[in-house]
Amino acid sequence: MVTRGFTGRQSGSELSDRIPPGQHLVDNFPVLTAGPTPRIDPADWTFTLKVGPRPVKAWNWSEFNALPRTRMTRDIHCVTSWSKLNTAWEGVAIDDILADAGLIAPTPFALAHCYDGYSTNVPLADLTTGKAMVALKHEGQPLPRDHGGPARLLVPHLYFWKSAKWVNGLQFTERDQAGFWELRGYHMYGDPWREQRYTND
Amino acid sequence: MTEALAPTARWQNCAIVDIATRTPAIKSFFLRLSETFNYTAGQHVEVRLIAPNGYTAMRSYSIASYPSDSKVIELAIERLTDGEVSPFFHDVAQVGDTIELRGPLGGHFLWPGPSSKPVLLIGAGSGVVPLMAMIRYRKASAEPVPVALLLSSRTWREVLFRDELLELERSLPHFAFALALTREPTTRRTDFSRRIDAEMVADVAARLPVSPGCAFVCGSNAFVDIAADAALAFGLEARAIKTERYGA
Repeated sequence: MVTRGFTGRQSGSELSDRIPPGQHLVDNFPVLTAGPTPRIDPADWTFTLKVGPRPVKAWNWSEFNALPRTRMTRDIHCVTSWSKLNTAWEGVAIDDILADAGLIAPTPFALAHCYDGYSTNVPLADLTTGKAMVALKHEGQPLPRDHGGPARLLVPHLYFWKSAKWVNGLQFTERDQAGFWELRGYHMYGDPWREQRYTND
Repeated sequence: MTEALAPTARWQNCAIVDIATRTPAIKSFFLRLSETFNYTAGQHVEVRLIAPNGYTAMRSYSIASYPSDSKVIELAIERLTDGEVSPFFHDVAQVGDTIELRGPLGGHFLWPGPSSKPVLLIGAGSGVVPLMAMIRYRKASAEPVPVALLLSSRTWREVLFRDELLELERSLPHFAFALALTREPTTRRTDFSRRIDAEMVADVAARLPVSPGCAFVCGSNAFVDIAADAALAFGLEARAIKTERYGA
């Protein structure tokens, strides 16, 4: 239904194929978090890989930083309707984390776990083949606390709540287990191009 | 804590039945739902505006009204100068217009229910909207949960729901209310004339009969960080502090 009197601020056609339906561009980088912003000293930081309940490998900050580095520049899309283009990230590809642990395609699904108790589920296929990383830098700088520093998951092709801040582990699961927002009405997969915002979208 | 969620919040057409100017920059829009839904104080709706060429803009707005049998919900919308949707509401939308929305949405920032410990509410500017729904609900439901509200605003005339909050301060048992005015001095002894800080949050939290079991904080990111850290310093657990930060 057309809204009487609404024209909107429509972006130029050269960008419109990069903005998913219902999204609008922002220049800033909004911060949305469900609770207080945690303080994590890199000296205390660890990242643990689990298969089911079983820990497979854990890295401390310096061990994790010694893993191969990957850079990617991607458009990101938040379910609250903002999109930001050309965001530059540096971190460790999930492929390289799995390789360092000697794991290949352990289970079809994963849950990312975080220092603040947050979690989110992502299929393995969306984490591997260069699609996702644990990001340590944004625009060349160490990741700020507000944006998940010292480390966050980055799965840029899904709505950004999947790119969990303050990540401290990945747990591989046989089933697709709902995470924090997925238990609270948000979509299990979250593809912005299919507008998978809420549970049954 | 996790609500049983409706299968899908479907898009529906709502008529604007009333518009009220609340502050120089904030108007309330009263929308009549065509399909009623049950919501919990603190939840939001998603609004969708569609241009003649199909271009669609969506924004989320917290519900200011409290859950009741009414088919009318209230959204209080601040006019953002560089905004796309809020200027439409302020400058174009009229009573009788139809707006598309869906809800209720959000399963985290939720009034905790009748048996809970005292609740600390901290908001800035239009961040008071979901907190107002909680206070109105507590009044209407006669739940005896003690509530304290710390509300930051630039000036007295910009305090959203000011007269209603002052009236509730007089009439509602176990409701403590403090303003923090940042651009002018306050005349009320129980208020503050400065930006939010940890001491202020501790002062307001201590006006509750016993320590709060949870806190809800809504405002800009910088404001929420200070308020949430202050609630932590007061002794609340991180998981008991729920925040909503303005997005873009």
